[in-house]
Amino acid sequence: MSRSPLIALSALSAGLLLALSAPAWAQSHAGHANHASHATTPTPTPTPTPTPTDAPPADDGNVDHSQMDHSKMDHGSVDHAQMDHSKMDHGSTDHSQMDHSTMDHGTTDHGKMDHSKMDHAAMGHGVPKAPAPTAPLEPIPAVTAADRLAAFPPIDHGAMEHAPEIHSMLLLNRLEHWDGQHGTGQAWEASGWVGGNINRLWLRSEGERSDGRTESADLEVMYGRSVSPWWDVLVGVKQDFRPADSRTWAAFGIQGLAPYKFETSATAYVGEGGQVAATVEVEYELLLTNRLILQPLVEASFSAKDEPERGNGSGLNKIEAGLRLRYEFSRRFAPYIGISHERMFGDTADYHEAAGERARDTRWVAGVRVWF
Amino acid sequence: MSFPKTPGTGTPPMPSRRLFVQGVAAGGVVAGLAATGLSPRAFAAAGPGLVGAPQVLSSQDVQLSIGESLANFTGRTRPAITVNGSLPAPILRWREGQTVNIRVANTLRGHPTSIHWHGLLLPANMDGVPGLSFNGIAPGEAYQYRFTLKQSGTYWYHSHSMFQEQAGLYGALIIDPLEPAPYHFDREHVILLSDWTDLDPGALFRRMKKLAEYDNYYKRTLPDFLRDVRRDGWAAATADRGMWGRMRMTPTDISDINAHTYTYLLNGTAPAGNWTGLFRRGEKVLLRFINGGSMTYFDVRIPGLKMTVVAADGQYIHPVSIDEFRIAPAETFDVIVEPSGQDAYTIFCQDMGRTGYAAGTLAVRHGLQAPIPERDARPLLTMSDMGHDMGHASNAMAGHDMKGMEGGCGASMGHGAHGADPKAPRHPASETGNPLVDMQSMATEPKLDDPGIGLRDNGRDVLTYGAMRSLFDDPDGREPGREVELHLTGHMEKFSWSFDGIPFASAEPLRLNYGERMRIVLVNDTMMQHPIHLHGVWSDLENADGEFHLRKHTIDMPPGTRRTYRVRADALGRWAYHCHLLYHMEAGMMREVRIEE
Repeated sequence: MSRSPLIALSALSAGLLLALSAPAWAQSHAGHANHASHATTPTPTPTPTPTPTDAPPADDGNVDHSQMDHSKMDHGSVDHAQMDHSKMDHGSTDHSQMDHSTMDHGTTDHGKMDHSKMDHAAMGHGVPKAPAPTAPLEPIPAVTAADRLAAFPPIDHGAMEHAPEIHSMLLLNRLEHWDGQHGTGQAWEASGWVGGNINRLWLRSEGERSDGRTESADLEVMYGRSVSPWWDVLVGVKQDFRPADSRTWAAFGIQGLAPYKFETSATAYVGEGGQVAATVEVEYELLLTNRLILQPLVEASFSAKDEPERGNGSGLNKIEAGLRLRYEFSRRFAPYIGISHERMFGDTADYHEAAGERARDTRWVAGVRVWF
Repeated sequence: MSFPKTPGTGTPPMPSRRLFVQGVAAGGVVAGLAATGLSPRAFAAAGPGLVGAPQVLSSQDVQLSIGESLANFTGRTRPAITVNGSLPAPILRWREGQTVNIRVANTLRGHPTSIHWHGLLLPANMDGVPGLSFNGIAPGEAYQYRFTLKQSGTYWYHSHSMFQEQAGLYGALIIDPLEPAPYHFDREHVILLSDWTDLDPGALFRRMKKLAEYDNYYKRTLPDFLRDVRRDGWAAATADRGMWGRMRMTPTDISDINAHTYTYLLNGTAPAGNWTGLFRRGEKVLLRFINGGSMTYFDVRIPGLKMTVVAADGQYIHPVSIDEFRIAPAETFDVIVEPSGQDAYTIFCQDMGRTGYAAGTLAVRHGLQAPIPERDARPLLTMSDMGHDMGHASNAMAGHDMKGMEGGCGASMGHGAHGADPKAPRHPASETGNPLVDMQSMATEPKLDDPGIGLRDNGRDVLTYGAMRSLFDDPDGREPGREVELHLTGHMEKFSWSFDGIPFASAEPLRLNYGERMRIVLVNDTMMQHPIHLHGVWSDLENADGEFHLRKHTIDMPPGTRRTYRVRADALGRWAYHCHLLYHMEAGMMREVRIEE
């Protein structure tokens, strides 16, 4: 158990190194000079296929008419004026048994035949489609000097206003009063960011007051960078203001949205005096309705070194599990009630019990979640 | 209607939800702001704007003055940006072949402005995009637009500066043809749809960057899950939730901003205002629909009437008779109706997410109203909508192993495995591992015959791109000499939008050679729908066989689609190319297209 924080730390560090060496997507203007080229794939202009010259309109191409016997046909009394050939499908016509030898076309009046609706293209005769022209049907206008002036007028730098790229948010995820088995107090957890889509400055703070005394309070200031659509890598410092004498830590972490929408963060800390610690927090939102939201949360903390003077044993120090039910009167303002259970483990529990404290506590909480 | 004594400080309590959707009856522009500050001029004299009687300017020489006014659509008086004091801006009515002179003066305090003539073919320095066509119009200054009208039809104009379009700077632009139209009509009305917010549009953008899902009060809940378990069984319900959960997405994300923020307007009138267009029995009435909304797709129908669509984006099509159409932001459709048998008909325009509606009335006289239909059931996105239906199963949610979608929904899958599938797009390298790309499509199609999300099998004839065909053959005729493929990309949660994962600020211009005929291939790698508008030249949509099909200026791209269109690069200059969802454009879904010799 005592080794796990080290493993976590090394994994995080490796992740961080990888992240920092990743290309600076969308942040650098210079690095994208070649994008136009990858997007452009020239395709050869199709060579014009020859048009069949003098092809009769209904030339069946590959049909062999040589066996046709037209001899018995009598067209004498046919009135072709009402013929509608538009639905003719020559593709499936079998002309091979036709006998045309007795056809008498003498009295046929073809003058009124309207073949204009015949769609020869759809007949499947294998007649090649007319090739696309290589010159535009509507000529491209020749460019004049005036055109050039109008096309590329001088433009001031910054003439285009852009929506701001730097944004910020401050979330007070928990601002609550608690009522436990062994006392009452207040607690908070807040996070905020300032920055763009990729690079952000993160602030995180957590703390607790008990019976009018601040038991714990910390502030983290971190640089965060998106390394994938869902994960940010963070590096920075954490300052503990309580308990006892304050301590400064170097912090390395990841945070993001895990599959199935678990809000996740894991941070390793290297503190003064060589202590190594880690915190993992997972949060979920279960929608009872679109405004009534149940938020389960689990937070676990670990230490690598035994520090009796600070009440920390090595290994798993503490697990906190909470269940908060909030109602979003608006997206920005949601009061909640909930229950939270906290339990210390191993030597940590022993140290605290020796100091007259309890190693576990169950608390009712009531508070608000707000953001700006 | 009540006005606070000091506008801007007096904030009445939040209007009720119903009022918010329906707006106030006499809503509209209530007053211009005096140049000296926020003290309004006499409200009583100003009256409730120009409701129902849009100003029409048809001179070849037009003066437009852009300024700030007060408007009240929801019970709250808020600042709006108006043209000549009206919202929507005046209707401009010209004739094909005319050369028009428009002097646009900026009376805004401290903000530059601009006007873009959407869909018009004109020299680049008249196109009105600050930073590409000109320097914009500084406060207190004016810009002289002058161009010759080379086309006819229904168009519109709007600001291309920041979020001014959202604040009210949009209006209809009608160009009468030289040759008579190939259809008959006795009367016409412009129907300009839009979305209004009481929020400052800049603040709304910042809100989207903090919490993009702010308006999605339709997410699936635990009770929904239990219902699905009872209906579909445990395995199917958990497989479905699991897949969306692995993607970290929600199938109710139909639109980013909906009626929780917007009040929808028809000709600048909220539903409660009942905008009315008159007709006489037996008349053929031409309705010129324009979607001037910043972020809203409207699904339009007139219960009791068939509509014959005769033009799209100002260009004639083979007439097609339908019951309903979806109109993307920036699109225009001309439809002919023949009302008879009823004294009043409701023009019902619900938003794609079914959260609200714009509505007006066609009637034989003022003061009539037909029933307003119920909104349709809210649609849920399917895996096919998301471009994830790979044809392995009719229901991709069941039985398909979606483990690969972990880690950015296929972003890490390595699409080599799908190389044999003709529907599987090849994604640009710039998308791979890109934190700004939260998903990629795995199977895309043109879907030209698909009525779209929430319109399938609804018992009505719904317009599709496939059903519309230009009345003319390809005016250029050439085969495209080359092809450029661009993917629409984004990250829902970061509210970051881009082409190929590269936001506008970091992107190089797309260069076209003057005179060339080329093909643009668009692939939608997001779960949202995007209307893509290329300035300066036509976008000639191709059918599934790659043939000329429909001439447009704005090509709608539903999720899971791959659509192609031809561009004839006959307009020299620097042109904007962007998603016409205003906040997507401002968040980076834009490119410069540079046509050079």
